[in-house]
Amino acid sequence: MSVDTVGHAAATPNELQPYLELGLSEDEYERIRQILDRRPTQSELAMYSIMWSEHCSYKSSKVHLRQFADKAPRSDRLLAGMGANAGVVRVSDTVAVTFKVESHNHPSFVEPYQGAATGVGGIVRDILAMGARPVAVMDSLRFGAAGHPDTARVLPGVVAGIGGYGNCLGLPNVGGEVVFDPSYQGNPLVNALCLGVLPVDRLQSKAASGAGNVVVLMGAKTGRDGIGGVSVLASATFDDEADQRRPSVQVGDPFTEKLLIEACLELFEARLVVGVQDLGGAGLTCALTETAAAAGTGMRVWLERVPLREPSMEPHEILASESQERMLLVVEPDKLDAVLKTADKWGVLATAIGEVTAPTAPDEPGRLAVTWRDEMVVDAPPGSLVDDGPVYARPMREPADLILLQADRAETLPRPADPDALRETVLRMAASPNLCDKTWVTEQYDRYVLGNTVLAQPQDAGVIRIDERGGLGVALSVDGNGRYARLDPYVGARLALAEAYRNVAVTGARPVAVTDCLNFGSPEDPAVMWQFAEAVRGLAEGCAELNIPVTGGNVSFYNQTGAAAIHPTPVVGVLGVLDDVSQRVPMGFDQDGDVIILLGETHAELSGSEWAWEVHGHLGGVPPQVDLARERLLGEVIADAAAKGHVSSAHDLSDGGLVQALIESCMRRGLGARVALPDEFTAGSMPFLYLFSESAGRAIVAVPRGHEKAFTAICTERGLPWTGIGVVDAHGGELEIRGQFTIPLDELREAWSGTLPRLFGAEASGAALETADEASETALEAADEAAPETAAEAAPETETAADPEAAPEAE
Amino acid sequence: MARVVVDVMLKPEILDPQGQAVANALPRLGVTDVSSVRIGRRIEIEFEGEPDLDRANEIAGRLLANPVIEEYAVRLEGSSP
Amino acid sequence: MTTRIGIVTFPGSLDDGDAARAARIGGAEVVRLWHAESDLRQVDAVILPGGFSYGDYLRCGAIARFAPVMEAITKAVPDGLPVLGICNGFQILCEAHLLPGALTRNGHLHFRTRDQALRIESPDTAWTNAYEPGQEIIIPVKNGEGRYVADDHTLDELTAEGRIVARYAGGNPNGSLRDIAAVANEGGTVVGIMPHPEHAVETLTGPSLDGLGFFASILKHLVGTQK
Repeated sequence: MSVDTVGHAAATPNELQPYLELGLSEDEYERIRQILDRRPTQSELAMYSIMWSEHCSYKSSKVHLRQFADKAPRSDRLLAGMGANAGVVRVSDTVAVTFKVESHNHPSFVEPYQGAATGVGGIVRDILAMGARPVAVMDSLRFGAAGHPDTARVLPGVVAGIGGYGNCLGLPNVGGEVVFDPSYQGNPLVNALCLGVLPVDRLQSKAASGAGNVVVLMGAKTGRDGIGGVSVLASATFDDEADQRRPSVQVGDPFTEKLLIEACLELFEARLVVGVQDLGGAGLTCALTETAAAAGTGMRVWLERVPLREPSMEPHEILASESQERMLLVVEPDKLDAVLKTADKWGVLATAIGEVTAPTAPDEPGRLAVTWRDEMVVDAPPGSLVDDGPVYARPMREPADLILLQADRAETLPRPADPDALRETVLRMAASPNLCDKTWVTEQYDRYVLGNTVLAQPQDAGVIRIDERGGLGVALSVDGNGRYARLDPYVGARLALAEAYRNVAVTGARPVAVTDCLNFGSPEDPAVMWQFAEAVRGLAEGCAELNIPVTGGNVSFYNQTGAAAIHPTPVVGVLGVLDDVSQRVPMGFDQDGDVIILLGETHAELSGSEWAWEVHGHLGGVPPQVDLARERLLGEVIADAAAKGHVSSAHDLSDGGLVQALIESCMRRGLGARVALPDEFTAGSMPFLYLFSESAGRAIVAVPRGHEKAFTAICTERGLPWTGIGVVDAHGGELEIRGQFTIPLDELREAWSGTLPRLFGAEASGAALETADEASETALEAADEAAPETAAEAAPETETAADPEAAPEAE
Repeated sequence: MARVVVDVMLKPEILDPQGQAVANALPRLGVTDVSSVRIGRRIEIEFEGEPDLDRANEIAGRLLANPVIEEYAVRLEGSSP
Repeated sequence: MTTRIGIVTFPGSLDDGDAARAARIGGAEVVRLWHAESDLRQVDAVILPGGFSYGDYLRCGAIARFAPVMEAITKAVPDGLPVLGICNGFQILCEAHLLPGALTRNGHLHFRTRDQALRIESPDTAWTNAYEPGQEIIIPVKNGEGRYVADDHTLDELTAEGRIVARYAGGNPNGSLRDIAAVANEGGTVVGIMPHPEHAVETLTGPSLDGLGFFASILKHLVGTQK
């Protein structure tokens, strides 16, 4: 086999190279030639095409993402922010947590089980790379219409994949979202979040510092996984006739990942590594260049030392492979034996593949020199791959239909105006796919493992105890709303932030940090780019107003089928701290006679609501207003009142409005409630409005008898509007809206819990297989259609960390 | 009765964690000369009438194997007692 | 004198830390045992925890049974060493033939997590003597392959000998034959249970404190045998 060497490249300057097929533009290719002062070798070309892809270079998002850093509030809690694999937040003198959300959308469409599984695996390694023990996962999932046959293929696979990987890793799954909307039909969103905990002094760096240090590859063998994602083949149309041209799907091995985690943690604990980086979407290419660039050093790598699953692999394939469950370590030579011994104890492969080198001159950057069986195949400055990629200020234009869309307000739609119609609407909405019970999904996840799960779904936020002695805990929620963002991406992003913030705050936690996953269509579409810019602006400004920094995240572009983009979907994760986790506030009613108080104000806000969509198939108008100062106040009041024992439960109001919050609070422990509407909401369709409006900044709290005065006094003093609306009734077994209707809890439960089993239940497995089969054809066709859209980029799934300075994110 | 046997295997380039775990366990049983183990599925299809290889191929391609990561082989099993 | 409970960690064990925490809460001294070592370090009892030992590839528990620590345990069982296998530990005990039957894929084919009601059928084991016969408890169940199967003869024998330790109540979560959730060996020293008592030992994190009885039972049993 003849390999394209550096020498050969220098001698054959005019050899034609498939840079366009690799997703590089004419200009970008020219720039590479300038940097190298010759044409790139095949391996170098593969590396530049990966590192300069949207996925790794943020070339379209970079100019906007700067706002996260520029507008971020100063925080001395932040030990590592954007630029690291994940943000690290100090939560006590000795303990820090790290968390991040990342997408794995396109792979989950092609092969739902493995796509979702490796999505979990990827984010877990990001967290591990910071020196943290991963302790919990969450996931934000969006699928096409619930009844669509392809959803019957994608959803069960994605859910089983997340469970299959996370459960086998022993990570409790403590929350997330499951949302259905036709805009995600060909582009499901699988956003996985992981939380990790570390002693403050165990924080790891990715910098490959110290010339002479050894570069060790640890974990699984390298195979041809995901080569398609970065090779010429990936951007080509894949069709039914050419099976072999389909991108190779990465297959996850959670067992190996579990061993990798234990081995890494043992190495960190023993202070045996200088630098560490996970391998993911951009494989060895990303890990080598990023670690070297971070330290300003060079690196010498003997590529034939990389343990291969398939011996016939070529150098550029080894460099591009996306094989899972691998980590790159930088180790001092005298500690190498100890590192290899620890790896061996855990039964994971560890191989010295190279060494860190010093720059040739003090003001020169180091060079990455890679040989393959004594032939030099790469000789390039690592910084040029990581930091010198192209940056585009792509054209932006407000979508042409937006004015008309915003003028078509849902507030004018016909509303149920009598008690019978209202009762029927309540039951119908409770059974709707987006509002119904998600137990069918969440019971496929282990929530108990590790023994520190204090709250998990269907609670507003997942709450994890992170210190068994001191009682320190953290709360996490991840939220988004594509419909709101479609109507107004700036407000939509702020609403997503507000909801995640509120979900964390109602548990009594103090929100301290944000992560985000920005899911959008093609950045080459000016309308999509405008949506992206507006969403980033909304989120950055919102975080500044709430005084909590964005610590990291990722961008997923090209989520579209043909010309149709998904709803712009910024998904926001908020992390909060509970100094005493035993004081957490759960969401369910659990005490007879508790007084139910609605906090916040209810306006006529139905545009973009679940009701407008479910009942009228309507999406138009402007989304609910956001008042972040109010959100902050709401959170402070609940935390304050909870600490004084005035709150037995609290539940945030969001999709589906007040009545949905009441239903969920009743269903949790099977306690009923009696609710009376305020006088001004009793006539005509006003009861409907009160129950279904989606005004932000609201929550219901259950206050124990005897505490009402003290509780409401806090509200009044702090200027938070409150309304006593009813009482918890443990004996009646029904939800009563006085003067309107009464629904027995059994009837409610049947409506609320029956939907997902009916759609996806095991009982119908035979039928599901059939539809799944048809659906997989649809999937391939759809992917086929989608491919031309993505052809301009090297990888169909283009993901970047929400960070302008950072080097590429492994997926 | 004649039946059609479908063997489904992961494509050679796809990681097989199951096979790998078994291969790694063999030395513990004293078996040291195995270099690779790969695990697949065998599916037996019985037709009401004559075994239909074309139909079996269709079933295998559309349902039994996931063409994204697996390949399959269809064969007729000789009449057995 | 404190009771020493050994908790085995296989590669892929996940609930080992939780079993250790529960044993500590229950009043025992915890000794961590490593799969590759055959020294049981003078423990008075052993817990095989939940998880996916060796990835649970091939069959759940199939590879773990060949671990050196399992050889040592298998040797010590006839001498009365009490062993509790939880979830994956139960699967390993069946694969190792220390308990009859096998655990197969859940009838509905899904991994399922639930707070599950169980009825303690036999308090006459080393691990359940603190419960009342017929007592109902609620502890988490979480598995993908927890459907207990055995041939009719074995099931009849288990029933007749009072070796069905616990059954699912209020709905069978996985299709286990005769609603079996836990079984014991003839001596009542080795118990396998699919649900997780170690996850019901703290009000903050569990659905109840009902799991504590398993740990109280073993302490009681060991005090009895040491006299």
